Amino acid sequence: MTDQAPIIIIIIPLMFALITPLLGWIRKNLCYPWVLLSITISALSSFIILRTVLLRGVIHYRLGNWDPPWGIEYVIDHLNALMLVIITVISLIVAVYSKKSIQREIPDKIVYFYTIFLLQVTGYLGIVISGDLFNIYVFLEIASLAGYSLIAIGDERAPYASFRYVVMGTIGASFYLLSVGYIYSVTGSLNIADVARLLPDLYNSNVILTALVFMFAGIGIKMAVFPMHAWAPNAYTHAPSAVSALMAPLMTKVAAYLMIRVSFTVFKPEFIIDVISLNSFISWIGAVGVLVGSIFAIAQNNLKKMLSYSVVAQIGYIALGIGLANNYGLTGAVLHIVNEAFTKGCLFLVAGGIVYRLGGCNINDFKNLFRKMPFTMTAFTIGAFSLIGIPPTCGFFSKLYLILGSIEADQWIFVGVLLFSSILNVIYFFRVIQVAAFEKQMPDHSREGPYEAVVIDEVPLTMLIPIQVTALGILLCGIFSTEIISAVIKHVIPVSF
Amino acid sequence: MIDFIIERYNFWIYIILMMIGLYAMITKRNLVKKVIGMNIFQTAIILFYISLASKRGGTLPILEHAHGEENLTVDVSNYINPLPHVLMLTAIVVMVATLGVALAILILIYRKYGTLEEDEILKKMQ
Repeated sequence: MTDQAPIIIIIIPLMFALITPLLGWIRKNLCYPWVLLSITISALSSFIILRTVLLRGVIHYRLGNWDPPWGIEYVIDHLNALMLVIITVISLIVAVYSKKSIQREIPDKIVYFYTIFLLQVTGYLGIVISGDLFNIYVFLEIASLAGYSLIAIGDERAPYASFRYVVMGTIGASFYLLSVGYIYSVTGSLNIADVARLLPDLYNSNVILTALVFMFAGIGIKMAVFPMHAWAPNAYTHAPSAVSALMAPLMTKVAAYLMIRVSFTVFKPEFIIDVISLNSFISWIGAVGVLVGSIFAIAQNNLKKMLSYSVVAQIGYIALGIGLANNYGLTGAVLHIVNEAFTKGCLFLVAGGIVYRLGGCNINDFKNLFRKMPFTMTAFTIGAFSLIGIPPTCGFFSKLYLILGSIEADQWIFVGVLLFSSILNVIYFFRVIQVAAFEKQMPDHSREGPYEAVVIDEVPLTMLIPIQVTALGILLCGIFSTEIISAVIKHVIPVSF
Repeated sequence: MIDFIIERYNFWIYIILMMIGLYAMITKRNLVKKVIGMNIFQTAIILFYISLASKRGGTLPILEHAHGEENLTVDVSNYINPLPHVLMLTAIVVMVATLGVALAILILIYRKYGTLEEDEILKKMQ
């Protein structure tokens, strides 16, 4: 049974997604436990896969027992296994959380929400697990199409935000497809391992250069890296809270995974670094993205929009780390993918909880929020500390590795950018914390006494527990970051670094 | 130079179609026209893949076996490559799904704003 785990992790959410509408037709309440069951099975198999990889090394799973260059192959090394665990854990947390949030925000679309939710998770898992370039395209489109429709069911401006995402996302996916076509036309293969074996002889070919450019442009759009980020802020702001909590931590990170995979597995690192120096370009746009994202985040009054711009900034960190292309830089980038997934998950879940209680997300309405919702706001503070980079939260460690990587690469500008962006993070998060914790409600003169009595008015338990679990995850990732690095991330770094 | 263009006319057509699609997506103000541009863009890529598969003088990649001819050796260069066609069947399905989602979203937008002109929608949003 355990050696079938790589296929179970994909097939269970896919099949369960197809059955969900039927269940919803019988009774709406059945959908929620059904979705929880399927994602729990996926999560268990992802842990089994991680354990197998840690004990026995890379897993090769042949679909239908066809040999690799002809058949589709699932290849799971340390990086995939880590990503699979993150995706299933975050989506399980969001699935638990979604019950009340969805009932409040989109009560008449629960069945379809859960159907597309499972398809979305299937797409993410498929992109990460597959070892075949075209198969990755198909899963990329499954994830994106599910994402477009999930965003479109949000508030009144959501359809337009979603439409812009459709147009840009389609351009990105088409560029990726075109690049796969170019690679296929010169190598005659779609299997990543096979392509990686055949490509080094063709590095002088113009076709490969064109393929590389299209590939990075396509992945860049999906990843919302700086000049191609225009779809992200509006889409994440106007989507339902549970959807932004699923998409903001995962979609961009999965695309970041794809970028690491393409840079260091499909192409050899020497090609990216020495032959065309694409990596320094990536780290520069990453650095600009960090600054632009943070500055735009300061200007926002809507918490969800602020967090969405912060996603752009954090993707900048990851791109910077990938582009540094040395041991510390890549360690920092991969660690930051893990941390960002938990941190953004936590912050967007908190934002959803605030929307649930206040009906909106305007920062100026947050007065006295620390007294009304003490547990939620504590989780928010932990998340904010992680983004700023205060130990022992996990954000500190990934930033530390990114800074060490920049120093090793002699790029002192990047060190400056990383430190300065921490200050920018402080500005926009402390504005929220200041309003929520210290600004008192104006005394109501028509009543007795100087202050209104504030009643604790927390979110329901099914929302509070996921929020606390992600906050705990942030702390645990920080405390055990050395273990994560020595057990998993160490094996991700290419030998030549 | 002329020969260079004429010999590869199928690739030129795919590039031109792709640029038409991209142009429509960037400049057109009407959202339906953007969707049409998106479709032309994707069709161009399908054309590119199909061009990759074709061979001069190639025939359909189907072997009709008579009895006892299972061990027949086949000269690959006589058959066009079936793999890009299979890939494009999947890509066409993706394309249709994208079109469906895009049109559904357009219906939502039209219900909310009563128009599909981008500048009017932006004006109504403020």
